Amino acid sequence: MGGGDKAPAVRPPRSAADDNAFKRELVQLIPHLRAFARTLCGDPASADDLAQDAMMKAWDARASFQMGTNMKAWTFMILRNQFYSEKRRSWRQTQLDQEAAERTLVAVDDPEAPVALDELRQGLAMLPPEQREALILVGAGGFAYEEAADICGCAVGTVKSRVSRARRALHVILEEGAYDRDGASAGDAMRSILADAERLSTVR
Amino acid sequence: MIEQRPSEERRRSSAAMDEARLRQQAIGVRLRQMFDEVVNEQVPEEFLDILRRADSRSPENG
Repeated sequence: MGGGDKAPAVRPPRSAADDNAFKRELVQLIPHLRAFARTLCGDPASADDLAQDAMMKAWDARASFQMGTNMKAWTFMILRNQFYSEKRRSWRQTQLDQEAAERTLVAVDDPEAPVALDELRQGLAMLPPEQREALILVGAGGFAYEEAADICGCAVGTVKSRVSRARRALHVILEEGAYDRDGASAGDAMRSILADAERLSTVR
Repeated sequence: MIEQRPSEERRRSSAAMDEARLRQQAIGVRLRQMFDEVVNEQVPEEFLDILRRADSRSPENG
């Protein structure tokens, strides 16, 4: 949607009222920024650090935001860029190796049985990051595919395919958890399934 | 050479599809719950403090 990427040569002076309106909207978004950060970072403390950094970045860049456009998508994009620029992805490796390898997933015999939160978190952690974020944005954040594409800086079709791959992979992971509960590390089994899925999906 | 797919097999595969759909729905519901759980948490005071501090260092005042 962009268009306003280039800073205008002359920017109208900002009034205190502009800043206040901006801030009111930003404050409303804090809970959502925290939630998104939590899905990226895993650990709540570094997630809040990330959310705070993103909030301040948004505040500092307020002059470049056009009031009336989608501030939620704009702040999510800032948060996401912040995350990747700082490469705070370590939790995915560390937390996963330790926990997923030890803990096996709960069996799912009844398709209508609620999916355990723990299970889902583990499953999400197994997804490639770009699939995870696409699924989170669309499936939990309530963003349209177009908005998610803006946030992630990719094509709409890419978001769609990531979301559908993520859904399929998550399904497989959660089902596999049931088969694996008696035996070897569930994490290893899932990793190999996902590696296969990823390999297959990249062959065009 | 298969002229007619056994109806039993067809029935099973459609049951499997229903099951897969139900699981997808369950996953979707949980995903939103997981997200909303954090959204509904009380925002730590720190966030608002940081914004308030940012306020007092507005560009006009240095």
